Amino acid sequence: MDSLISIWNTVPEALQTLIVILLKIVAIVLPLILAVAYTTYAERKIIGYMQVRLGPNRVGPKGWLQPIADTVKLMFKEIILPEKANRFTFYLAPVIALAPALVAWAVVPFSSGLWLADINVGLLFILAITSLDVFGIILAGWASNSKYAILSAMRAGAQVVSYEIAMGFALVGVLMAAGSLNLREIVEAQAGGLSHWFAWPLFGLMLVYFISGVAETNRAPFDVAEGESEIVAGFHVEYSGMAFALFFLGEYANMLLISAVASILFLGGWLSPFESLHALTQLPYIGLLFDNGIHWFFLKVAFFIFLYLWFRATFPRYRYDQIMRLGWKILIPVTLVYIFAEGVAIYLGWKPWLS
Amino acid sequence: MIGTVQHWIKSFTLLELLKGMSVTGKRLFTRKITIQYPEEKTPISPRFRGHHALRRYPNGEERCIACKLCEAACPALAITIELAEREDGTRRTTRYDIDMFKCIYCGFCEEACPVDAIVESRVFEYHFEERGENIMTKEKLLAFGDKHEAMIARDKAADAPYR
Repeated sequence: MDSLISIWNTVPEALQTLIVILLKIVAIVLPLILAVAYTTYAERKIIGYMQVRLGPNRVGPKGWLQPIADTVKLMFKEIILPEKANRFTFYLAPVIALAPALVAWAVVPFSSGLWLADINVGLLFILAITSLDVFGIILAGWASNSKYAILSAMRAGAQVVSYEIAMGFALVGVLMAAGSLNLREIVEAQAGGLSHWFAWPLFGLMLVYFISGVAETNRAPFDVAEGESEIVAGFHVEYSGMAFALFFLGEYANMLLISAVASILFLGGWLSPFESLHALTQLPYIGLLFDNGIHWFFLKVAFFIFLYLWFRATFPRYRYDQIMRLGWKILIPVTLVYIFAEGVAIYLGWKPWLS
Repeated sequence: MIGTVQHWIKSFTLLELLKGMSVTGKRLFTRKITIQYPEEKTPISPRFRGHHALRRYPNGEERCIACKLCEAACPALAITIELAEREDGTRRTTRYDIDMFKCIYCGFCEEACPVDAIVESRVFEYHFEERGENIMTKEKLLAFGDKHEAMIARDKAADAPYR
């Protein structure tokens, strides 16, 4: 151990910082990718159960190894390049689709004191990075040189741009309430138990945020960009093997990100709902479970992911013009009115949330 | 006016969406109806039309008399029959081929047969691994019939009252 420390001390300081940051990144990205794999399993299982069937149950006990089998299959499949595709862009697109979904996790606070970067414009950073995500889809659609793919790219572009606005306004409501763009401070502003969470005063904004989040990630019922029954698979028709897997990785990482941000902004992130009940949190051993901690964060993320899957199992796909109508004529006016009402409430000092 | 207000209340409380979600939410906990195929199987009717078989009489004599009615009835032209006189003077097939790729499993051959020689059994789990295996020759069909005779006889007896 001592020798290890002495070796560590000989490393130059700049390199030490770099190594520590790289290790932190690995510590976030690896579990994230594992979570993505098991989100696909959860999706197939939950949607299966909702359709009164069993879902995957053959690979490993109860099908637990299914995502690993899928990954192995995808890794060994050939990546086929369409003859008239733009080679460089075709290979670049999946990377661009995945990268922002992973980058945005840099500012997500998992627990008090557990984050990669604690920057003061965390919310803005997430908004900016998640907007970049659509570039991957548009490039994939264009580079494939396929009519289905280009149609899908156009749909995805228009959809994401429209819902970005409603989403931005929903976030404005949160930052008005918290008085900060720093995600950690937003969570800390909600301290004090279940009744202090922003989900109560900003319930409408939470709905708007999550609906636009679903639209932003191109998930059912807003999955016109993918639309199996209309345009085959949309932007990733021409992709196979690992290139295809990267799109899925990006999509699910984005779902997890939207869920994580929703739970940070509205459900108090790592804060426990029983925070103010000291009788519970002071209990020996199990008191830890009721106290604040990363497990509450994961629980809330899982809740939103479950909602995602529930939506997908329930709602038929929106028509394209209906999506545009919902985005521009309903969600944006609703958020504007909500923000105005919130401003009045803050001016009047509505305890305990808005003061 | 009241209609508009009702419509607004309905839309903004997401009533219809919640109704839909309650339906799927309930189904999440109901008993699943999946039959896990290789281990569990659904019941099969005695009339099921699967793999073909040529049957024999209880004394071991083959039933088929090479009348070619099945060949004539076959809408997919899957059956090919050639015949010759056997030493004992009876009319027998020398070749009885069914091309399983052409066959549409309509059961007309079984209906046409005056001596119940060609039948379709309830066996549907079979496959071919090489080209040519899809041609069921007389030997293969007779062997299949011998192997499953008990089951075929039971199925035909069960269906007899309805014919």
